[in-house]
This record gives sequence, structure tokens and C-alpha cells, in this order.
Amino acid sequence: MHPVRKKRLFVIVAIVIILSAAIGLILYALQQNINLFYSPSQIVMGDAPHDINIRAGGMVVKGSVKRHSETLAVTFDVTDFQHSVTISYRGILPDLFREGQGIVAQGKLDQNGVFQANQVLAKHDEKYMPPEVSEALRNAQKTTDRKINTEQSTH
Amino acid sequence: MRWVWFHKLGSPKWFFFQSKSWVLPLLGLGSIGLIVGLVWGLAFAPADYQQGDTFRIIYIHVPAAMLAQSCYFALGAAGFVYLVWQMKMAPIFIKAIAPIGAVMALIALVTGAIWGKPTWGTWWIWDARLTSVLVLFFLYMGIIALQSAFDDVMLANKATAVVCVVGLINLPIIKYSVVWWNTLHQGATFSLAEKPAMSAEMWLPLLVSVVGFYLFIAGLVLWRMQSEILQREHRSSWVKKEVMDRGL
Repeated sequence: MHPVRKKRLFVIVAIVIILSAAIGLILYALQQNINLFYSPSQIVMGDAPHDINIRAGGMVVKGSVKRHSETLAVTFDVTDFQHSVTISYRGILPDLFREGQGIVAQGKLDQNGVFQANQVLAKHDEKYMPPEVSEALRNAQKTTDRKINTEQSTH
Repeated sequence: MRWVWFHKLGSPKWFFFQSKSWVLPLLGLGSIGLIVGLVWGLAFAPADYQQGDTFRIIYIHVPAAMLAQSCYFALGAAGFVYLVWQMKMAPIFIKAIAPIGAVMALIALVTGAIWGKPTWGTWWIWDARLTSVLVLFFLYMGIIALQSAFDDVMLANKATAVVCVVGLINLPIIKYSVVWWNTLHQGATFSLAEKPAMSAEMWLPLLVSVVGFYLFIAGLVLWRMQSEILQREHRSSWVKKEVMDRGL
């Protein structure tokens, strides 16, 4: 390669590497601001501020959704499989909201550690399948569960 | 000796005559892929178990998002080639592909918003993935504007090439935004190492659609490059001869 071109090549590569490093450091420093939501563990550990608008996210714990019989008020727990946080919300939940599904809630953490949400968004996972397949998967899951149960009871 | 093809690429005349026969087949095959993939995906693929028919937007959203990033990668490579070798073809390529990439990024953003409203419950959220794709769109707009911002063509080419190369840093950020940070946008459904988290009857039309998008846009870019070459070289004798021969 021509020496002039070689020099240009090195200069450009050096510029790109230095800029990447700079941007990498900036993104690393801003990590907490770029994260869309606090996980339940962070909230339980006290990393999340109280009485300030923040977002909390996690998976809705199965069997934790309690609806008020007369109003739209609802409470449920979200978990990251280590800790869980109770979220209280009044309003219409998105269609995809269901137990076992990921959600992101916006609101404030009150002094009791309950998250008072004013907006709940459903987080979709990366899995797509036709209804018949999901039905079949669920049935298969049930049979394996039953098998494990019967095995355990015989022991 | 091995680099002869690379240096030949620098000649607009050589490129023009080499690429002439490629445009129509690429556009034709691309259209077939687009029609088959989209009709199959939008009308015949099974609905999703949770989202129902809403998920069908991926047959446009995913190819558009892939193309937006691939076009930018090509743009960055062209910028790099221009800065190091000062090849005449690189700015022509950049000019041809930048608006297409911008449109692809815009389609990805708009279809994503249309999907996000019923699925997430919001049109837009400032999470890392959405924001980094918006930055990609602005990079495209900046590149398009920069190319015509200077009277000095050499200066315009150089400034644009620098932005193209530096903007490459955004691509890994887009790709890994859903891994590095908590986002509302879900992770990747497809990866090279693992089985896709989607059933075959759903991803096959998506694959056809993606291939169709790539072929069609390759044809479109070549076409745009050809007209750009004719415009830039309008004083040279071979262009005059080409135009006269076609009776244009």
C-alpha cells in the first residue's frame, strides 16, 4: 500500500478507536440513566429514589394480581426472580398484561416500598408462535409436571 | 495483482458498464421476494398466540430495520474507502444509498410505533433501542444535508465520509442496546447460534421478505448510482456516446 494511504488508514482507525472508547465511557457513566427501569432487586436494595417519578419493571408474579371489586384499582407484584415489589395502579391495563408477563410501570415509590404507578406498559418477549403451538407446549408442560409430581409422590 | 478489481471499482465508467446488466434482475427478483414474502406473511402466516394479527407488522418492521443498519454499514465502509483511497465511486455510492437508508430507518420507527401502541400501550418511549435507531435516522439526515452543504465538492465528500465512518459506532450500540440496558424493546428473536424463538411457518415468510428487501434495494442503489455517474461525468465522451446511442 502507498505510504500516504497507509498513514491515512492509521489516522482514521485511531480516530475511530478513540471516539469509540470515549462514547463507550460516556455510555458506561450514564448507564443508570439509559436503563429504562429499575429492577425489583434495585428497589428492594434501596438503589431507587423515593417520591420521584421513576420506572420499575419485572415479571408479574403468578397469582399476585388483586383487582378491587368496584374500581379500576389493581395491585400486583413484579419480580426479577430474586426480589419482588408490589405495584399499585388505577386505570386500564394494556391488553398484553397478564401474570407471568413482563411489564414496565411508571410512577413513584412511596415510603412503604409500594410502587404507586400512573402508567403500566406491557413488555413483549422475543417469542412468537401460533396459538396451536402454545397450546401444545402448555399441555406438554402439564404432563411433565404431572409426571414429576407422581414420581415425587411414589418416592 | 489481487487488488486490481478494487482499483477498477474506482472508475465510474467501468462501474457503469459492469453494473448495467445487474439492475433489472435485482429489481425483478427483489419484487418477487417482496410480493411473496409480504403476501405470505400478512395474509397466510398464522396469528401469534398473544398478539394475534398485530405481530404481522414484523414482516415490514424487521426487514426495514435490518436494511437501515446494513445500509449504514455500507455507508461507513464507503466513507472509509473514500478517506483512505479517495475513490471517485465512494461519494457516488454514499449519495445513492443515504436516502434509501433514511427511508428504511423511518419505516422501522413508524411501524414500530404502530405496533407499540397496541402491544406495549405507548407509541414511543425513550428506551435505548428506540433512541439509538432515532439517532441512526438523524445520522442519515445529517449525511444527506452535509453532502449538499458545501460548494466545494471535495470538501463536501470529505466531511460526509468522516460522518459516515464515525457514525459506525452507533451500529453496535443499536444491536446490543437490548442486552446492555433494560429496555422496553424485546431482545433479538434470531441469532446465528441458536434456534429462532419463532416457529418456522412464521419465520419463513419473514426470511423471504428480508431477502426481497435486500435484492430490491441493491437494484435500487445500483440504479441510482448509474444516474449519478451519468450526471457527474456528463462532460466525458463515453457518457455522450452512451446517451446518443440510446437515443435519449
